[in-house]
Amino acid sequence: MHQLTIAGKAYRSRLLVGTGKYKDFAETRAAIDASGAEIVTVAVRRVNIGQDASQPSLLDAVPPSQFTILPNTAGCYTADDAVRTLRLARELLDGHPLCKLEVLGDPTNLFPNMPETLKAAETLVKEGFEVMVYCADDPIQCKMLEEIGCVAVMPLASLIGSGMGIVNPWNLRLIIDNAKVPIIVDAGVGTASDATIAMELGCDGVLMNTAIAHAKNPVLMASAMKKGIEAGREAFLAGRMARKYYSADPSSPTTGLIGS
Amino acid sequence: MPAMLELKINGENRQFPDPLTVAGLIEQLGYAGKRIAVERNGEIVPKSQHAATPLVSGDQLEIVVAVGGG
Repeated sequence: MHQLTIAGKAYRSRLLVGTGKYKDFAETRAAIDASGAEIVTVAVRRVNIGQDASQPSLLDAVPPSQFTILPNTAGCYTADDAVRTLRLARELLDGHPLCKLEVLGDPTNLFPNMPETLKAAETLVKEGFEVMVYCADDPIQCKMLEEIGCVAVMPLASLIGSGMGIVNPWNLRLIIDNAKVPIIVDAGVGTASDATIAMELGCDGVLMNTAIAHAKNPVLMASAMKKGIEAGREAFLAGRMARKYYSADPSSPTTGLIGS
Repeated sequence: MPAMLELKINGENRQFPDPLTVAGLIEQLGYAGKRIAVERNGEIVPKSQHAATPLVSGDQLEIVVAVGGG
């Protein structure tokens, strides 16, 4: 019940995880297994010509037969580079059209370059890609990306890799309330309560990497994130009580007290 | 001396004996059977075309793999 559907495919887990910054592939795989994630991001990079080509590869540890692989365009600063990277990714993954578009604007804060992001999204959608897009938490541009045909819109909660948590819940609410496609918080989550807050706001999912990979115990944090996501989703569906300001409301009966 | 092909692979200038196909190049680099993707002069060369695509001097190739990322 309450599955996350992206581009027509249903997923049980609302936690999407990256594969960067782990000690080795064994730790990567153990953390992914503990997270319960079904969608896993990867980067696309040049092979090291001249180095030992028989080394194990990431996709041996995280095979496309077991996970939905989401290739990203991390490190791309123009629409053209992002589109080229994803054409290579589609070839690499036997025609698999699902991808994560990100076009960066600044190497220090990794904020997205939204004009280039919108341009790349248009090209990719026309070429048949199913585009999940990292973007600014701007309700207008998020709507534009949806109208272009992106299958999921993924605003940042705070800077990539910062662990600062949900810095602008009000913008996220505006984006969620306006959306017809899944809204997935991508970037900024630091700990399990951040993931819970994102889900309580009504996000459809959360994508994270550093919060798990750079925890002291990544596998335990992956498990915590899984629970945080599930708790937040259930709380959202349950519907929280209304806040009462400046007056308490006792939980126990006010009548029948002894000695009265 | 056999004729040599001048190729630029992942930004590096390299020489290989002519003739050579994309499949032959991948074999020589040790990536045969590995999950890689190839772009030649800005265009994807699909796996099904590797053996049928001859390389010529001046070709610029990108050969990529999936690595850890977020």
